[in-house]
Amino acid sequence: MLSGVATARPIVDAIGIHKHFGALHVLKGVDLVVSERELVFVIGPSGSGKSTLLRCCNRLETPSSGSVMVDGIDLLDRRTDINLARQRIGMVFQQFNLYPHMTARGNVTLALRKVAGKSRAEADELADAALARVGLAEKAEAYPLELSGGQQQRVAIARAIALEPRVMLFDEPTSALDPELVGGVLAVMRSLREAGMTMVVVSHEMAFARAAADRVVFMDHGVIVEQGTPAQVFGAPQQERTRAFLRQLDH
Amino acid sequence: MEEFLFTFFNIEVMRAASPILLQGLWMTLLLILAAVPLGLAGGVVLAVLSVFRHPMIRWPLIAWVDFFRAFPPLVLLVFIYAGLPFAGIEIGAFGCVAIGFFLNTSSYYGEILRAGIESIPRGQVEAARSTGLSATQTMGYVILPQAVRNVLPDLVSNTLEVVKLTSIASVVALPELLFQARQAQSVTYNPSPIVAAAIVYFLMLWPVVRLLSRLEHKAVARR
Ligand SMILES: Nc1ncnc2c1ncn2[C@@H]1O[C@H](COP(=O)(O)OP(=O)(O)OP(=O)(O)O)[C@@H](O)[C@H]1O
Ligand SMILES: [Mg+2]
Repeated sequence: MLSGVATARPIVDAIGIHKHFGALHVLKGVDLVVSERELVFVIGPSGSGKSTLLRCCNRLETPSSGSVMVDGIDLLDRRTDINLARQRIGMVFQQFNLYPHMTARGNVTLALRKVAGKSRAEADELADAALARVGLAEKAEAYPLELSGGQQQRVAIARAIALEPRVMLFDEPTSALDPELVGGVLAVMRSLREAGMTMVVVSHEMAFARAAADRVVFMDHGVIVEQGTPAQVFGAPQQERTRAFLRQLDH
Repeated sequence: MEEFLFTFFNIEVMRAASPILLQGLWMTLLLILAAVPLGLAGGVVLAVLSVFRHPMIRWPLIAWVDFFRAFPPLVLLVFIYAGLPFAGIEIGAFGCVAIGFFLNTSSYYGEILRAGIESIPRGQVEAARSTGLSATQTMGYVILPQAVRNVLPDLVSNTLEVVKLTSIASVVALPELLFQARQAQSVTYNPSPIVAAAIVYFLMLWPVVRLLSRLEHKAVARR
């Protein structure tokens, strides 16, 4: 790859994405282009296709049509080694999805060892560093059941960032948390952003979006209705559907 | 009372029969050592195959598992023992018993493990795949270990049944514990060797039964 081109190239370049689940047309031609170091925030009503769009970006869902390039790799090309490609795409889920039979460190080291091919010692070291980044250095030996929801979600973030991904996808990372635990997770996300991580975040944390997002994307019924800076989308929404959605959020 | 003791708990007879009972016990242990690991391995394969929803895998698999679960194991053994020589295959009584047990036992273990795999939330697979683990790695490192833990009481319980079932190998003249006990009985005209064999079975299985109740207790407590 030419390094001169690489800097200008978007990290996520998803164009014309359609997704059908049987008769259900969930994504109807969505373009999502994310530049390096950009934090894109995706909002929209339930069922509008936010998760599906995010999952198309690491091929947990395969789009019915369209193209998805991540860091220059064509995810929909049959010759692409998807497991190698996914190492560069971190994902964090609403339900954390930690492996309950492994310690926090075990959760982080699994892919380091089995996918990235690190030795056990190297993997342990990288895992401990990643756990330290999310403020859980002292919890390396703890099992998920011994951790609060917020701590579990931070371990899940550590599991993803330990692989040094080029982009992180967050699907409602704080929606399953008790309100008092949300702040810790958002603080970790903010520190990732400050370290220059490219991020796509589906969330209802509007205050976080206002403070940290470069761009807000509003989706409804499988299309992007409107997008712009947080000030534009929250302050002066152009579309009636956006206004209706934001109004209903305020209540 | 004396009559009863003389008939069923005749120490003299038991002592005389003990060498041949020991040989039988040895054979039974060998049988367990063959049947349980083979059955478990086959069960893992069947359970993992059940993840594939493709009709070309799904229906043959269901037919296979249902058939060997419904087919009486004793009849299966006799079929194999009597049938294989016709096909020109000579593998001896032990080989026949091993095959029969493998077919029967793996189907049971397979169904138990399948239930275990199905009990693992979809999110576990998605998290593992999102970090780049392959489908096989995800199964081996993430799904199976949790699945086994979730169905451990059922696996132990099934193993208990397998151990007890090894006594049917006597129908194809494999000299396992029960077979030897019956030999001794027919020589001494006294059922004490059978009683001795029962005691041996009991001593062998009782710790497993204890373990099982503790596992079941823990499983209930975890809910
Ligand atoms: N695997 C699937 N099979 C069938 N339908 C699906 C599947 N996944 C999602 N859908 C449907 O697609 C639509 C969009 O779902 P999606 O999860 O992308 O919405 P969302 O915007 O993330 O909603 P929420 O805010 O509730 O998470 C919904 O109607 C959902 O029921
Ligand atoms: Mg969603």
